[in-house]
Amino acid sequence: MLRSLTILLAFQLAGEALAALLDWPLPGPVLGMALLFAALLIRGRVSAGLGEDAQQLLRYLPLVLIPPSVGIMDHWHTLAADGWAVATTIVITTLLSLVLAAALMRLLARKA
Amino acid sequence: MSIDPAAAWQAVTGSPVFDLLLTLLAYQLGLALYDRCGRHPLLLPVFVGLVLVIAANLLLGREFADYRPGAEALYVLLGPVTVALAVPLYQRISHVRAMAGPLLITWLITGVIVAAGAWALMHSLGAAPQAQMSLVQKAATTPIAILIADAIGGIAALSAISVMLTGIFGAMVGPALIRRMGIRDEAILGFALGLSAHAVGTARAFEVSPRCGAFSALGMSLMGLLLAISLPLLFG
Repeated sequence: MLRSLTILLAFQLAGEALAALLDWPLPGPVLGMALLFAALLIRGRVSAGLGEDAQQLLRYLPLVLIPPSVGIMDHWHTLAADGWAVATTIVITTLLSLVLAAALMRLLARKA
Repeated sequence: MSIDPAAAWQAVTGSPVFDLLLTLLAYQLGLALYDRCGRHPLLLPVFVGLVLVIAANLLLGREFADYRPGAEALYVLLGPVTVALAVPLYQRISHVRAMAGPLLITWLITGVIVAAGAWALMHSLGAAPQAQMSLVQKAATTPIAILIADAIGGIAALSAISVMLTGIFGAMVGPALIRRMGIRDEAILGFALGLSAHAVGTARAFEVSPRCGAFSALGMSLMGLLLAISLPLLFG
C-alpha cells in the first residue's frame, strides 16, 4: 500500500503542478488522475499491487466526501435566499441528466 | 488533584482526533443502518454520515472552522483517492474503446442540455444572477464547481451545496430510475451516474460493481472537463 500511495501522491502533485503551470481551472487531483491514466496507457499494464490498493482505497470514496460537505453548515443563509429555485433546478436537471444519458447510451450503443 | 469533568470534555472536543473519530463513527453508523435497512436508497451512507456529523457539530455549538482542522487527514486522502480512479478506468479501457462513439456523443449532448437547462430554470424561477452562476456547473465535482463559480461570478458556497445535493439526489434515485427504464447494462448505469452525480454517484456505482464504477469515473471526469473548459469561456 505504501508504494501505491507514493505513486498516487506523486501523480496528484504532478497534476497540481500542471494546473498551475498552464493556469487551468481544473483541480490537481483530477489532472493527476488523467496523468496516471495516460501513464498506464503508455506502460500498457497496471501492477497487481496498484490494482488491488486502488480498489481498497476507492472503498473509502464516500467517506472522504463527507468533510468538504460539512461546510454546508456555514451557509444555510446562502441557500435560503433562492432555496426554491435551487431545489427545483437540482431535482429537475438531475432527473433529466440521468434519463437523457441512459436513453442516449441505449440508443447509440444499440446502433453501434 | 481534583476531578474536573469540564476539562476532560474540553480535552475531548478540542482534540483533532475528535473530528476524525466523529466522522469515522458517523459514516460507519450510516453503513450499518444502510445494511440493516436492505440498502434503502434514502439511507445512502454518505448522506446519513453527513447529516450525523452536521447534527453533532450543531448540538455542540461548533462551526465548520472548529470541525475542519480535525478532519484534515480525510481531506488529504481525497487527493490520492481521486487519482486512484484512473486504475479501474484503465482496467476497462477495451470496453471504453468499444463504446467510445456513444460515450462521447452522450457526454456532449447531456452536458450541454443539462447546463443550459439549469441556467434556464434558475433564470425563469427568478433566482439572482449570482445564484444562476452557482448552479450551471452543478454536475461537476465539488472542487471543479467551486473553481468555475469563482471564474464566472457565482457563489462558491452555494455552488458546493448544490453540487453535494445533486450528487446525493442522483445517487439516491439514479439506479432505481435507470432500472425502471429497462436498462440492465452496468456500464450505462455507471456512465449516467458519473455524468449526473459526479463523485457521490461514482461512489454509489462502485457499490454496484467495479465495471459500473469505472464508467462512472469516466463520466464524472468528462463532465468536469466539459464544464470547466466551456463555462468560463461562455460566462467568464
